[in-house]
Amino acid sequence: MKSANGTVFKFGDNVDTDVIIPARYLNTTDPAELASHCMEDIDRNFIKNVKSGDIIVANKNFGCGSSREHAPIAIKAAGVSCVIAETFARIFYRNSINIGLPIVECPEAARQIGAGDQVSVNFDSGVITDETTGKTYQGQAFPPFMQKIIDCEGLINYINASH
Amino acid sequence: MGMTMSQKILAKHAGLDHVEAGQLIEADLDLVLGNDITSPVAIKEMDKFKHAGVFDKDKIALVPDHFVPNKDIKSAENCRCVREFARRNEITNYFEVGQMGIEHALLPEQGLTVAGDLIIGADSHTCTYGALGAFSTGVGSTDMAAGMATGKAWFKVPSAIRFNLVGKPSKWVSGKDVILHIIGMIGVDGALYQSMEFTGESVKNLSMDDRFTIANMAIEAGGKNGIFPVDELAVSYMKEHAPSRTWEVFEADADAEYEKEYTIDLSALGSTVAFPHLPENARTFDQMEKIQIDQVVIGSCTNGRISDLRTAAEILKGRHVAQGMRCIVIPATQKIYLQAMEEGLLKTFIEAGAVVSTPTCGPCLGGYMGILASGERCVSTTNRNFVGRMGAIDSEVYLASPAVAAASAVTGRISQPSEIGL
Ligand code: SF4
Repeated sequence: MKSANGTVFKFGDNVDTDVIIPARYLNTTDPAELASHCMEDIDRNFIKNVKSGDIIVANKNFGCGSSREHAPIAIKAAGVSCVIAETFARIFYRNSINIGLPIVECPEAARQIGAGDQVSVNFDSGVITDETTGKTYQGQAFPPFMQKIIDCEGLINYINASH
Repeated sequence: MGMTMSQKILAKHAGLDHVEAGQLIEADLDLVLGNDITSPVAIKEMDKFKHAGVFDKDKIALVPDHFVPNKDIKSAENCRCVREFARRNEITNYFEVGQMGIEHALLPEQGLTVAGDLIIGADSHTCTYGALGAFSTGVGSTDMAAGMATGKAWFKVPSAIRFNLVGKPSKWVSGKDVILHIIGMIGVDGALYQSMEFTGESVKNLSMDDRFTIANMAIEAGGKNGIFPVDELAVSYMKEHAPSRTWEVFEADADAEYEKEYTIDLSALGSTVAFPHLPENARTFDQMEKIQIDQVVIGSCTNGRISDLRTAAEILKGRHVAQGMRCIVIPATQKIYLQAMEEGLLKTFIEAGAVVSTPTCGPCLGGYMGILASGERCVSTTNRNFVGRMGAIDSEVYLASPAVAAASAVTGRISQPSEIGL
């Protein structure tokens, strides 16, 4: 995936993995089932309203808390095409790259983009465009090593390709 | 420019003389860990590798601890998946129910984590082993799968924050109060992507159990790892628990670079409680009102060790849990459970009207064994108080030390030991 385009769902600071996918659902590993409870404890309507391609925008420390990969898996399986945040918690950041969920750090975009805006993201250039307001932002580009993992759509494919 | 303790361990395992903050490296792993929640996802990923099998059957630890003894059919299926994988790959360090414990209490006790090791675990509190001078950090299931298959992982070399600990803590102030104070000071993202290195003359005043508690919660400040220097106490711990392992002690260079440095006077700290819904909402008793509670949990990878149980028993001895309160005590490993039994601690708990459970994560992550109903409040010695962490979305978790938890169980409201004359 080289770009994303969708409607924005907006969240605040410190969105933790317990609200992204509560532990009571961690007795399954099925992506579709996990997706059906995505964001349940922070926004009950999220899963009803999210459409394939939509984008999550949040403030600082998105994905803090547990190492559960179920969190980015649930977000990806819910159809979300990209998460933009001021900063990400480090395990969530790693996990997203490893499973091929595109994430972009961009404090300005994270603060200014509003809920419901139509936003597009170009992963090659890191440019984020808020089509609703017409503003553009430069997101942080990935180092080449991570870009390769993303191009391979995840760590396992990358390792298979390089060994 | 010199290197920090963490950077030296990473350099060594990457086969490099020198590394710098921000550098991306690939490093050899000494141990790869997973539990009953994260391993099934990793095991599924393992099937996608071209080369089947694990890199070293002795360097993988699989610990079913979150939903065991199984709480329902789905968790039983997950545990079976882990069990069968362990059998198929002849994993030496698979720990069955009845011989297990909560992973981060169990592995050091089993001698699987020593100074100088590089450890990844598909569990965020893998940072616990820094107490012994290891570099250990939490990752997700895909990293775990790649680690099990190749024995390697990629890392971005972290910069560091140094916490210089001075002064002697007073009687009821423990490692938990120290780390809650630090997280309160720097915030839940205060150490994002960074190492938290704890040094200073007062390290010697902290028991190994205190150090495990502090390193365990580095992740609650966003830290990549938490790490302590290796002193005589750490060496004697390793001699006792890991007699067959060799370990390597890494010291920070005198000119190692730290992005920030804090000096913390432990003698000035009081009992500290983190209010809902973030570990950074730390308050001391002069900053809070009287808060009625419904439940107390004493356990977890943070505070389910023997000295935690001793502290709780010292307070509960000859006293009783307040009427209408539930107090749940969960020794973190079978060994601790047995030790607590031999020392008479379990008798004290039961006589005080507490529940004593077999080792499990259980209520810590809202799994089972003490889920909170809507509106209920719990004082817990665990490490997270996020929205819905232990049950209903509008339930509340207050994080505290074993001393505060036990005293609160007696009074039925959040209390410190002095409130019951201790
Ligand atoms: S006790 Fe709690 S924090 Fe520790 S490993 Fe278990 S669920 Fe995680």
